[in-house]
Amino acid sequence: MNHRHTLSVLVENKPGVLTRIAGMFARRGYNIHSLAVGPTEDERVSRLTLVVGTEAVQLEQIIKQLNKLVHVLKIVELEENAAIEREMQLVKVNADPAIRSQIIEIAEVFRAKIVDVDHDSITIEVAGNPSKLEAIVELLQPYGIRELVRSGTIALARGTRSISDGSKLRMRQVS
Amino acid sequence: MEITGAQAVMKSLEMLDVDTVFGYPGGAILPAYDPMIEAGFEHVLVRHEQGAIHMAEGYAHATNRVGVCIVTSGPAATNLVTGLTDAMMDSVPVLAITGQVASTAIGSDAFQEADVTGITMPIPKHNELVTSAERIPEAIKEAFHVARSGRPGPVLVDIPKDILSAPFEWHWDDRVDLPGYKPTVRGHGKMVREALDLIASAERPVIYAGGGLVRARAAVELERFASLLGLPVVTTLMARGVLPDTHELFVGMPGMHGHYAGVRALQESDLLITLGARFDDRVTGKLAAFAPEAKIIHVDVDPAEIGKNREVDIPIVGDVKVVLEQLLTVLEDKQRKGQFEELVPDATAWRAHLGALKSQHPLRVDQPEQGVLKPQSAIRAVYDVWGDEAVYVAGVGQHQMWAAQHIPYTRAGQWINSGGLGTMGFAVPAAIGAKAGVGRDVPVVAIDGDGCFQMTFQEIAAAVQHDIPVVFVVINNGYLGMVRQWQSLFYEDRLSQVALPQDLPDLLKLADAYGIPGFRIDRIEDLYTTLEKAHAITDQPVLVECRVHPDEMVFPMVPSGASNEELIESAEEWYARVAEQQA
Repeated sequence: MNHRHTLSVLVENKPGVLTRIAGMFARRGYNIHSLAVGPTEDERVSRLTLVVGTEAVQLEQIIKQLNKLVHVLKIVELEENAAIEREMQLVKVNADPAIRSQIIEIAEVFRAKIVDVDHDSITIEVAGNPSKLEAIVELLQPYGIRELVRSGTIALARGTRSISDGSKLRMRQVS
Repeated sequence: MEITGAQAVMKSLEMLDVDTVFGYPGGAILPAYDPMIEAGFEHVLVRHEQGAIHMAEGYAHATNRVGVCIVTSGPAATNLVTGLTDAMMDSVPVLAITGQVASTAIGSDAFQEADVTGITMPIPKHNELVTSAERIPEAIKEAFHVARSGRPGPVLVDIPKDILSAPFEWHWDDRVDLPGYKPTVRGHGKMVREALDLIASAERPVIYAGGGLVRARAAVELERFASLLGLPVVTTLMARGVLPDTHELFVGMPGMHGHYAGVRALQESDLLITLGARFDDRVTGKLAAFAPEAKIIHVDVDPAEIGKNREVDIPIVGDVKVVLEQLLTVLEDKQRKGQFEELVPDATAWRAHLGALKSQHPLRVDQPEQGVLKPQSAIRAVYDVWGDEAVYVAGVGQHQMWAAQHIPYTRAGQWINSGGLGTMGFAVPAAIGAKAGVGRDVPVVAIDGDGCFQMTFQEIAAAVQHDIPVVFVVINNGYLGMVRQWQSLFYEDRLSQVALPQDLPDLLKLADAYGIPGFRIDRIEDLYTTLEKAHAITDQPVLVECRVHPDEMVFPMVPSGASNEELIESAEEWYARVAEQQA
């Protein structure tokens, strides 16, 4: 049974590190649903959020194979109910002046932002969990979506603990 | 002290006690070949870059040290890909240094430019494109550390030409700073104790000994552990010799062409004590039918191997030598407390059963007393003549399997072959590398096939030029024997593109062309006398051609994709089974 798993991966901020990870997935035939990468509070370290759809045994292999990459520092699986997950979406919708207000209303309900308005279109920025993003798309569909772009998932565990707690992240001297 | 990047490469290799490198110069690596004239290590000039990396592998196999090769950019670097893959599959510690076009030219499709770190990213254990001369000492030191620690493997360091030429202030620090790389060495104490409890209650325990034991050079610990508890041992293709074949607990080699008793031992077992092995498909056969009643203890330094192919009851991540020491410490402690006996499994009947299988199912050699020479006899005779002191290196195919089956290995590193990748052409260069590593006193004998030999025999020139006296024995059956065997058994004897005429090339003329002694044996009567003549020559490479009967097949055999239960011991057995199924 395939389940959606969210992995937070801390990596050394070295050239090619994203290729190494993407390449490992390709080489071993694993699927990535989404991938987001960006800097962290430590400039030497980048953080990837990977969403994979897989069963438990393969998830264990994925984590172990990721750990074998020299530039991978730490991997944490974020449980759905114990983490905050966000994606960002930009949607350009047909909106002539007559129906513009209806679309703005929908945006307000979703706490989305109007980021661009033209004569016959509106671009909406909305952030949230995947189901929220899908819901707004469904409501906007009837007006005609001209363009849509969506980021990968980013996620943080709830509570005080940080992924970089513990010794692994400190740049150690190992003989 | 200010030096160039190229000088730093030399100094770094010297700091790491490298005594031999295998390489081939060219454009982008030129700056490194200038200070190499004064470097404190030998350079073996190969004839093809694939030869350089297989030599580095052979050196590493034989010495348990990091094998080093150095080549230029583009086509030279891409010629390393097979060797890097081979070294990764068989966990061989290798450092490959490649030249790269100048950093300013990278990405411009410059002459001899290839994206070598990109090409090799999914292959070796690690790689790096060096971006400054200051980085060179760290990059090489880290590559060495990664190559030889944990589960060993190849590491590639790609260095642009301008960086090789750039001056910088030399610095060296013995420490390594790799925060994301920390292999687990010691096994979990609780798991170690649980493993012993599980062994104590087993009725049909077997040690499934893999290549990890060879890499860890854990033969002494293995022997002590197996002997204390009376555990029968099978040694895989990569582990031949780690427990001597002559040992009373040695059962055989498991796998597709394993010894009958070796295959049956795993199949019938109720507990596999898996040490540095990886449940490779060539050992397990059809995975779902492999050792169906066995519980599994799995010790491996690579956590990803545990549970990858077979579910495990007791996983132990750690260096197999250290874990064996931990197991022995507990056993010795129990001995002192007088509680040892309760940890010894009652396996007397099981050992007797395996002993009976072993004597009832020996390897068959159907050798007529006169005339035609059978390949198995040739290989046995090679062992009889060069003996236990020699290191044996094989290519891939029938000759490899016969050499694995018929030679009674007695120590780790005595048997070198390409197991995981199955790289034809491995033997000639790997034997040269091995000989460069073990030195004059230990004979190195390459047992090669005629197909394999023709892939890499150009390296004989390197052996001659650098005075590396390897014995090259070619088992010439005029065919790609293993492919022919499969076509005979599984494709109704419809032979397709497997004939390699025995005279093409004439190997005696070839030996002559390289200026080395050449011998040809084509009948059993001459076998020992001719081999003795070749054996008497120890100061230069020797080529021995054994012209053997082409119809011989390797048995026992588990047909590809079949369960180990379907092990056959002869072609007749297979044809009878096919006829039965068709009826």
